[in-house]
Amino acid sequence: MGLTRKYDVAVVGAGHAGIEAALAAARMGMETICFTTNLDNIAMMNCNPSIGGPAKGHLVREIDALGGQMALTADQTFLQMRMLNRGKGPAVQALRAQIDKRAYAWQMRLVLERTPRLTLKQAMVQEIVVEDGRVCGVITASGIFYEAKAVVLSTGTYLHGRTIMGELQRESGPSGMAPAVGLTDCLRRLGLRVGRFKTGTPPRLDGRTVDYSVMQRQDGDPEPWRFSLLSPREPREQLPCWLTSTNPRTHELIRKNLHRAPLFNGTIQGRGPRYCPSVEDKVVRFADKDSHQVFIEPESWDSCEVYVLGLSTSLPEEVQIEVVRSIRGLEEAEILRPGYAIEYDYVDPTQLRPWLETKQIRGLFCGGQINGTSGYEEAAAQGLVAGINAALYVQGREPLVLSRADGYIGVLIDDLVTKGTDEPYRMMTSRAEYRLMLRQDNAHLRLTEKGRAVGLVDDHRWEVFCAVRDAIGGEIRRLEETVVAPSPRVQAVLRELGTSELKSGVTAAQLLKRPEVHYEHLRAMGVGREDLDPLVAQEVETEIKYAGYIQREMQQVERMQRLESKRLPPDLDYWALKGLSTEAREKLDRIRPETLGRASRISGVSPADIAMLMVYLERMGSEGKGMRDGTGEP
Amino acid sequence: MNHLGDTIAAVATAPVEAGIGVVRISGPEALQVGDRAFRPRRGKPLSQRRSHTVSYGFVVDRFGQQVDEALALVMRGPHSYTGEDVVELQCHGGPVAVRKVLQVALEAGARLAEPGEFTRRAFLNGRLDLSQAEAVVEVVRAKTDRALEAAVRQLQGSLGQEIRAIRERLLEIAAQLEAEIDFPELDLETEGRDAVLAGCRWCLERIDGLLKGVRRGELLRSGVRVVLAGRPNVGKSSLLNRLVRKERAIVTAIPGTTRDVIEEWVNLEGVPVLYADTAGIRETTDEVERFGVDRSREMLQQADLVLWVVDGEAGLTPEDRAVRRWVPEGRRVIGVINKIDLVPPEQVQAVAASLGEEQVIAVSARSGEGIAELEQAVLREAGALDMEEGFVANERQAEALRRAANSLQAALETAALGFGPDLISVDIRAAWTTLGEITGETVHEELLDQIFSRFCIGK
Repeated sequence: MGLTRKYDVAVVGAGHAGIEAALAAARMGMETICFTTNLDNIAMMNCNPSIGGPAKGHLVREIDALGGQMALTADQTFLQMRMLNRGKGPAVQALRAQIDKRAYAWQMRLVLERTPRLTLKQAMVQEIVVEDGRVCGVITASGIFYEAKAVVLSTGTYLHGRTIMGELQRESGPSGMAPAVGLTDCLRRLGLRVGRFKTGTPPRLDGRTVDYSVMQRQDGDPEPWRFSLLSPREPREQLPCWLTSTNPRTHELIRKNLHRAPLFNGTIQGRGPRYCPSVEDKVVRFADKDSHQVFIEPESWDSCEVYVLGLSTSLPEEVQIEVVRSIRGLEEAEILRPGYAIEYDYVDPTQLRPWLETKQIRGLFCGGQINGTSGYEEAAAQGLVAGINAALYVQGREPLVLSRADGYIGVLIDDLVTKGTDEPYRMMTSRAEYRLMLRQDNAHLRLTEKGRAVGLVDDHRWEVFCAVRDAIGGEIRRLEETVVAPSPRVQAVLRELGTSELKSGVTAAQLLKRPEVHYEHLRAMGVGREDLDPLVAQEVETEIKYAGYIQREMQQVERMQRLESKRLPPDLDYWALKGLSTEAREKLDRIRPETLGRASRISGVSPADIAMLMVYLERMGSEGKGMRDGTGEP
Repeated sequence: MNHLGDTIAAVATAPVEAGIGVVRISGPEALQVGDRAFRPRRGKPLSQRRSHTVSYGFVVDRFGQQVDEALALVMRGPHSYTGEDVVELQCHGGPVAVRKVLQVALEAGARLAEPGEFTRRAFLNGRLDLSQAEAVVEVVRAKTDRALEAAVRQLQGSLGQEIRAIRERLLEIAAQLEAEIDFPELDLETEGRDAVLAGCRWCLERIDGLLKGVRRGELLRSGVRVVLAGRPNVGKSSLLNRLVRKERAIVTAIPGTTRDVIEEWVNLEGVPVLYADTAGIRETTDEVERFGVDRSREMLQQADLVLWVVDGEAGLTPEDRAVRRWVPEGRRVIGVINKIDLVPPEQVQAVAASLGEEQVIAVSARSGEGIAELEQAVLREAGALDMEEGFVANERQAEALRRAANSLQAALETAALGFGPDLISVDIRAAWTTLGEITGETVHEELLDQIFSRFCIGK
């Protein structure tokens, strides 16, 4: 054996994207190496100690369905679990967990260490080696070459990281860790466009100095919700979160110090996310509000450190201290680490194909915050897809492309590669056209088979899935065939629910369509199965109750699907096509959308441009030429 | 976007006064559509004729009524402009006449072609060789742009403004619902569900208002039917002549001279108006005259507006009242007092008061006095005056409005059933998208902008 072994897949970074990528590749049989600048910082949660929530919880369930890791480890290490949006409808209910960030990172490292074919390596990768347009390995800062057939970049916010707090600036990754330098230059040399984003984090407090008695307590749900289909569902002890708020004095303090805020005095140039503005941003933009919510969240069972959600800031530390102490319950609070803003390089994601491979270099994949996203879940989802596709690439197989109808992961990646993003991208349910179909409760039904097909879903998961799937299908059929007669027992239940009584027999499925009637009521009528798994019962109810709405949603998106099926040749010369607007030409040439549907979602490409492209496609189709397809998309 | 496969029709000549107008029908059903729309004077129907032949005959509507006389050209694919079966109907050239022929073709099963669609089909069917391809694309593009320009002009009018206002309100509603969904833990100070419902109802009302305007859009295409009704010899024929500015009806002082219905199209400030004179309406034993009277009743049934003409000199007679009773319930009626050149103003006033109509116009068909006023009243009563550019121009727009209204109804029902914001928003989104089809605006990122500008969201 030489200095280094030959690898199939090299993953650069061991954050939430990198670990999913490395695990997926190794589990799919690839010799995999995963680089991190610090082995003690694997799977760090550098911002809020939570996973899930609307759209993000959906992503976690989808990661689970495909055979990823995040859901399982979150289920092992949570401090609290809550189902959000209960009573708001099935499509937007979302699981959110407070996570023990130390336990999470430690458990993840154990998972990586126990995975065959996976090598961990502490080293800073500085160069990607490319030959004939194909990646062939990486070189570390210490000059060692690692041969790899595919490389996944998941460097998070480390690329040229710079943290800012008041007047204090340093070259740094998050949480005071070393930034990754040199790699950006290499990416530029390889012809990739690189941009710069900004994000931030709030101060952390010593929980022993917080007066919880004046705050509102928020407990986890009593129900044993879990992200993963495979996790055991026994109730566990949970930790509460606490709610307080800012007040006019807080806002006054912030306004008085705005000239020292890097966001407002010009120190920070990078674009920050609108959905998690700093507290100074909130005070300025919503000047008429004299109070904003502040949540105190525990970070671990084993630490007094607490997170202050709502107080992200890059004000100078002395101002942060005053701001924190102006808040009810935090009058005596001690800051353990101050908040800060961080600027970092990202790769313009429109340079990626829908399977996250760069268009410029074959075998080079990007996943996670490097693609301009924000959030652990978004990162993990991309890491997983990048890892799967790196493995498929090495195996010479067709790439895995998830469509907008397949899941939130499909929406996420399609948005990134076709529209790009001008702020750190966060997943939200409103981004999904097929929201009623893309529920968190049916993620496994949507994606497990795809995970199985690529070889990531193991036999155990497959068996559990098949049992659940068959139980759901069987029960729906049973309810559709079961006729409920207007017996006194049935009428009594309906009366109690305040819904109209039966005049004649109807199927159980028809009863379940009524908003007031739930599966448990079918049990009370003697129609529901007593032994049915609660998850299955919920799924059955949702499928039946909302079938009409799902159908309407389908109609709405049918047009889009028609465009989706029309493929654009990868080598189409848009400059030679007469009749396209100049802006459309420029964007189409740069982004090279795989389908007409994608082209239609690019801003600046008008309906008239799409009509022109259709004319060409039909023309080429009728001549039976052109239309070579190297995209591999289903 | 359309696919090859259906049959399309459009006016192939410019929409101006011209000697001849051509309506072109192309597609697999073109000959069948031609058979339904055109009746040859003699010989075989179009579908049994050889390619590149011309027939003389009549364009007939679905009730068999003759609409116009025309020449029909049959060109069988692939030896036609589009490469498909093509029928061309050459008819009289006025815009109104050509539009009517087109209407017949559409009723006979063709779909209205989109701008440039004939050329596109020609291109796709390989009727133009590759060296011409680029030029053709330019043509298609130009037509699309012209259509776009027209659309833009319209969008700058009140329809566009109105739809944008509705969509803006829908966006606000959607932002409420979406923010509630995506940021459930934050106290966003969203308005309550009641505000959402009120917003939906507001939008529905506006859409209903626009749908009423559909009628006005139709006016421009199919015209207004104005029927002159009155007992014999009150001067209807003179009045008609005055209104159409032609000596057409036989004007004599012998009652009952006008024995058949006389119709004439007039371009009244851009609105096609069909004036129809009826046989004088009275009980009669004369066979011929009774036939005319029956036709008159039929005309009244089809009228958009009735001019009830009385003789100012004779004053209101029982016979006049009988005529008024012939006018079907619900028809708009303008009372017209004729021959005011022969009577003093006080008498005109008295007669006007005795008619009991909301609108009465005094005219002299002989001198022309009051005619301009009458024409304005006709336009106003027909709802054509406040038309501006804000009318709903075509069936596609009307259909989109109806779909949007249905979606909003569904959203209201969903909310009434107590379902959550994700289900309500399905139909709100649908309504929003549908209205966007009319204005040609696409969406999505706007929604996020709305959320972020309205609510303070963050960690």
